[in-house]
Amino acid sequence: MPAVQETVERVKRIDVDQYRYGFETLIESDKAPKGLSEDTVRFISAKKNEPAWMLEWRLEAYRRWLTMTEPTWARVNYPRIDYQDLYYYSAPKPKKQIGSLDEIDPEILKTYEKLGIPLREVEVLEGVVRPEGERKIAVDAVFDSVSVATTFQKELKAAGVIFMPISEAIREHPELVKKYLGTVVPTSDNYFATLNSAVFSDGSFVYVPPGVRCPMELSTYFRINERNTGQFERTLIIADKGSYVSYLEGCTAPQRDENQLHAAVVELVTLDDAEIKYSTVQNWYPGNSEGVGGIYNFVTKRGDCRGNNSKISWTQVETGSAITWKYPSCILRGDNSRGEFYSIAISNGHQQVDSGTKMIHLGKNTTSRIIAKGIAAGVSQNTYRGLVTAHRKATGARNFTACDSLLIGDKCGAHTVPYVEAKNSSALFEHEATTSKISEDVLFYCVQRGLSQEEAVGLVVNGFVKDVLQQLPMEFAVEAQKLISISLEGSVG
Amino acid sequence: MSLLEVKNLKVRVEDNEILHGLTLTVNPGEVHAIMGPNGSGKSTLSHVIAGKPGYEVTDGEILFKGEDLLEMSPDERAAKGVFLAFQYPVEIPGVATMTFLRTALNAQRKARGESEYSTPDFLKKVREVAKSLNIPQDMLRRGVNVGFSGGEKKRNEILQMALFEPAVCILDEMDSGLDIDALRVAADGVNALRSPDRAMVVITHYQRLLNYIVPDFVHVMSKGRVVKSGGKDLALELEASGYAQFEDAA
Ligand SMILES: Nc1ncnc2c1ncn2[C@@H]1O[C@H](COP(=O)(O)OP(=O)(O)OP(=O)(O)O)[C@@H](O)[C@H]1O
Ligand SMILES: [Mg+2]
Repeated sequence: MPAVQETVERVKRIDVDQYRYGFETLIESDKAPKGLSEDTVRFISAKKNEPAWMLEWRLEAYRRWLTMTEPTWARVNYPRIDYQDLYYYSAPKPKKQIGSLDEIDPEILKTYEKLGIPLREVEVLEGVVRPEGERKIAVDAVFDSVSVATTFQKELKAAGVIFMPISEAIREHPELVKKYLGTVVPTSDNYFATLNSAVFSDGSFVYVPPGVRCPMELSTYFRINERNTGQFERTLIIADKGSYVSYLEGCTAPQRDENQLHAAVVELVTLDDAEIKYSTVQNWYPGNSEGVGGIYNFVTKRGDCRGNNSKISWTQVETGSAITWKYPSCILRGDNSRGEFYSIAISNGHQQVDSGTKMIHLGKNTTSRIIAKGIAAGVSQNTYRGLVTAHRKATGARNFTACDSLLIGDKCGAHTVPYVEAKNSSALFEHEATTSKISEDVLFYCVQRGLSQEEAVGLVVNGFVKDVLQQLPMEFAVEAQKLISISLEGSVG
Repeated sequence: MSLLEVKNLKVRVEDNEILHGLTLTVNPGEVHAIMGPNGSGKSTLSHVIAGKPGYEVTDGEILFKGEDLLEMSPDERAAKGVFLAFQYPVEIPGVATMTFLRTALNAQRKARGESEYSTPDFLKKVREVAKSLNIPQDMLRRGVNVGFSGGEKKRNEILQMALFEPAVCILDEMDSGLDIDALRVAADGVNALRSPDRAMVVITHYQRLLNYIVPDFVHVMSKGRVVKSGGKDLALELEASGYAQFEDAA
């Protein structure tokens, strides 16, 4: 049987139900009543002991949201979401306020173990002290909607770095939150961002003071654990003048029958000479073999290079979710600022991915670089959507874009939608794009040397995405490499 | 028992029969040369033995150490010791040659229930073999065959053969694209692997290669069949008179 035919047969049999991370943790939860109203917003705000200004901010967003309509321009199809049929808040019930790791529900710790969360996090969660000199990673573990553990606080505190759940930052550092929240992604930005502003449950807050190089990589694992719970994560990272921070975000989710809505907002701000490196590995439940279930991932991620000579770099490995709608972007406001976007987006089964970036050149001599690798298998659709613009005053703006798509089988689709607008004649934008099919000769070469069909696909795809993988911090890259192979299992016969 | 037995093999590609009942028996320790004009089915035979998809076997059988090879997946065949040095080795961008060698070797060992090589053992082995084939270390760090010259690609095939230590080696035109010196190095590499329990099937158009790798048997293929078999002198005969005499026989 020709391989293409076999591919088709195999794809029919793909059982995404075997999703590795499909299990539930049985813990009691504390839920807001179903549906969305001003009362829901008040409930969430009260749960978080928020000050009045925060409640006002949320309510304003909520009222705004009521006047908006859901966007339809992305190349994704999904049934209408009934926003009244969702829960907007759920938290694992702590026995009491968590003061130390011992107090974390052992069920929760077990879940992390099952997820195969790498040793380093388990160590962190178990409080194992690593030998001096090894790179450290601080974990702010978000379980459902509440951060249950924040570690390495002491060392970060010594450096002056603030890394805490945003709900705490709202109470403890209101001046910083007020100054920056909503300044990169305004409450009115888009339907999902506005919704998030009204009902966000928790997320991370990071502030790195001037001249400080954050002594460790900051990492958060997110999980969605409650049936019908929309997860509205909110992250705000500020790198003050001359500072540097690398932030890792990774997530996996248990199996679900109902679709789950996830509408996160991430805002990054870099002041003069500062740099933020933001890396994501996303592996949420993609839905079953019929395309039922799976996470709807409608994320707004944006960075503002507010200061001169500042830099923001997004690296993402997207393998999960039924639908991905995500465009981590950079506003290159400061002169000589630089934005980077490195992306691997994999779609298999019935997944739909519409992802890309926006590079908005406002300052002088700003540069940006986009390397996007899309891999489509099964009957999935994978779209790169990118926008590169240069403002009238953005003299000397430079962009380089390379989009490569790899197709596995012939029932999937890859699409590239690049928009380019240069209002300044000195702008220099370069764009390269390729689309190729995974070569049967290459696969056969690999299996002739003893690799299984699946190992061969994994190897070839990992080669295809190598330029992007190299951008990830070392340990993350190793995980991502495994994840890429896992997510393509069953894609070729 | 024979190592490899091809019996009355009939193979179709799409709607064309390419091999029309081919028979070939290879015993341990033997070196067989297969010669024949372009399009006579030499590469097709090698692909079917290795299990490349896209070929339909309509009749006959292939036994490997008495087992039905056609029932096995290509990677199973590789783990059992069937190795094909490709006429046109492919490039795998982004996958370092060293990584590829190690992944493949360990996959084979795992399939055979053997333990994986430790990093130092593996590196030592690769370095030894690479040195004997004049393959510089930096070539091993580059993507598999990416930017390799024709000769380098062929040497990389022999390198893998030496590393995997297969029972049957099928070499499809390993001499094409090699200069005289490279040919000698590659042939020495192959000769070093000759052993009483290993067999080679060497596909070539040129007698010259057979001066270096001296075969026990020479077979002439034409239009999907073996039309004549003999000793090493048959190759000399062909060199002198060409294939015309066999075209009619086929
Ligand atoms: N996929 C295919 N579809 C159609 N015909 C094919 C296919 N593969 C091989 N053939 C045909 O089968 C015949 C044998 O091809 P093969 O490559 O085995 O010849 P060969 O003896 O190796 O030739 P060469 O000496 O040129 O390498 C040729 O006529 C070729 O065109
Ligand atoms: Mg050939």
